[in-house]
Amino acid sequence: MYFLELVISGIAVGSLYALIAMGFVLIYKGTGVINFAQGEAIMVAAFIAYYLVGFGVPFWLAVPLTLVASALLGALTERLVIRPMLGEPVFSVVMVTIGLSIFLRSMAGIVFGHHNYVFPSPFPVEPLHVGGIVLSHNHLWSMIISFLLMLLFFFFFKFARLGLGMRATANDQDTATLMGINIKKVYALTWGISFVVAGLAGVGLANVMVLNVGLAFVAISAFPAVILGGLESIPGAIIGGLAIGILENLAGGYLDQIVGGGVKDVTPFAVLFLVLMIRPYGLFGTKEVERV
Amino acid sequence: MPIRSKTFCESYHEDIKLLDTIWSKCWMVLFILGLLILPYITDTYIVYMVNLSCIAVVASVGLNILTGFTGQISLGHAAFLAIGAYTAALLGEGLGMPFWITLPAGGLVSAAAGILVGIPCLRLKGLYLAMATMSFGVMVEYVLITWRGLTGGERGMYMPEVNVLGHVLDTDESMYYFLLCITALMIIVAKNIIRTRVGRAFIAVRDRDIAAEVMGVNLTGYKVTAFALSSFYAGVAGGMYAYVMGHIHPEHFTLMSSIEYLAMIVIGGLGSILGSIFGAIFIVAAPEGIKLLAQGLESLIPAMQGRYDEEWNIAVFGLLIMLFLIFEPGGLNAIWQRIKVGFKNWPFTY
Repeated sequence: MYFLELVISGIAVGSLYALIAMGFVLIYKGTGVINFAQGEAIMVAAFIAYYLVGFGVPFWLAVPLTLVASALLGALTERLVIRPMLGEPVFSVVMVTIGLSIFLRSMAGIVFGHHNYVFPSPFPVEPLHVGGIVLSHNHLWSMIISFLLMLLFFFFFKFARLGLGMRATANDQDTATLMGINIKKVYALTWGISFVVAGLAGVGLANVMVLNVGLAFVAISAFPAVILGGLESIPGAIIGGLAIGILENLAGGYLDQIVGGGVKDVTPFAVLFLVLMIRPYGLFGTKEVERV
Repeated sequence: MPIRSKTFCESYHEDIKLLDTIWSKCWMVLFILGLLILPYITDTYIVYMVNLSCIAVVASVGLNILTGFTGQISLGHAAFLAIGAYTAALLGEGLGMPFWITLPAGGLVSAAAGILVGIPCLRLKGLYLAMATMSFGVMVEYVLITWRGLTGGERGMYMPEVNVLGHVLDTDESMYYFLLCITALMIIVAKNIIRTRVGRAFIAVRDRDIAAEVMGVNLTGYKVTAFALSSFYAGVAGGMYAYVMGHIHPEHFTLMSSIEYLAMIVIGGLGSILGSIFGAIFIVAAPEGIKLLAQGLESLIPAMQGRYDEEWNIAVFGLLIMLFLIFEPGGLNAIWQRIKVGFKNWPFTY
């Protein structure tokens, strides 16, 4: 029974990882870049939602407003920081997002301070009991939302004109431009959509965790989930997120007594390292065929 | 990049010379003299900052060998510094070994770790490699905190002072000369590695690895060599860090410090030894510069009184990384080259 409990709470954490991972995957799929500032997008969205609810906006209205604000923030980020880097090597763009994450995090520290906020959760505190399994409302919702988003993005990238354009841009910027794809538009939309997903993750996380500037670091814990699933696979992000959530909970539950604390935080990275040794492109990532 | 006129090389040997003209030799001599008299003309604080810069220079030269020249992105450089620092501390404090054993030993143990990481990472490329090295860094940090018997856990470890032939280097000024010698040695070695076959092979691997292999460059061998060399530099830098600080702690070697080293070589200039020196000095000096600027603003604008704290430092640091990459992707090295060429070609533009 202890095992089952660990697995269930692992799935609950994992569904949030999956939501975060999806934000990473979207930007990678659209632009071929890992956005290190994703965690900051999550944190900022959580604070926006917190203040909106604080100003008396009802929760069901606050969430869409937060998402709109996130989308604007994403598009703004793209316009100011990423657009000038168009055509630069991927490494430089990644480094820019690292700079952006440092900047946003410390600015948030200046604006919001470093103390903890309590997010007014709209969900009942009493968890759901389904056949002896205990599950909180918030985790249930994040699972549902992750799954719905996965379906949505699956069809989006397979059939929608814009989704195909995004994939083409990630594959080869020059060729995509020659084919008449407006890559500036693609970039702006990609960042906007990805920040919306980050906003959803932010609202979800603020409900289960303490809300402070450190919320941004959750994104770093979600990296293993992204890589495990493969950088450009939406289903991979979901499976990777769930797998990492379950594994870290199991490792924390069984190994903590033996080595003394903290196993939970390091397990995802150890798993990531091992998986990359065996599959260099993650579980579901596409292998790049190289030509000279 | 603009090319200097009046450059005629008649042989390959001439082309790869470190100091090509009589003037560059003169400037170098002047620069070294300036470094030697520095402690006599400035205060202890500046000397201490230069000491920190020396450590950063060695570490960033190491990272530039791996990332800038060989094209293997590493987000776990601080872990190799940690391995070097802890090895040096274990040998120095635990067994009472002198610096000429602890520093190379730190470097070698770190290089061994680099090979251990490098071999399984051979198949990884680009961002996947960055993630793998990052998780190595996280794991090392975890081991440092958890393995209390060896590393002292959260309490960290102490390091004795350097003892050179019976002289204990207990002031910043004496440490300065010690660190300067090591740093100069490491830079000269790096410069020479880069201009010989090994260095050219690194660059070939970076530019097109498959083409390089077709041309007869042993991809496996050179990638592992780059990992080993880079972590050797990191290990030595870690040992130097332990000597300067006197106390090491897992918190000194986090993901954030790995990012700082990466920022050094990006701001300085990827694939340039001079660039990594610029970058290292810049990143070490930047917080001080920002602090001075903030204090200046505070005295000018009364409304800003008391608003400054460490957080602003970090914010400006992040902003600087972004601005540099957006406006000057070549880094400080590119600016320097432009100034140099402009000066040399004056009054003509080419």
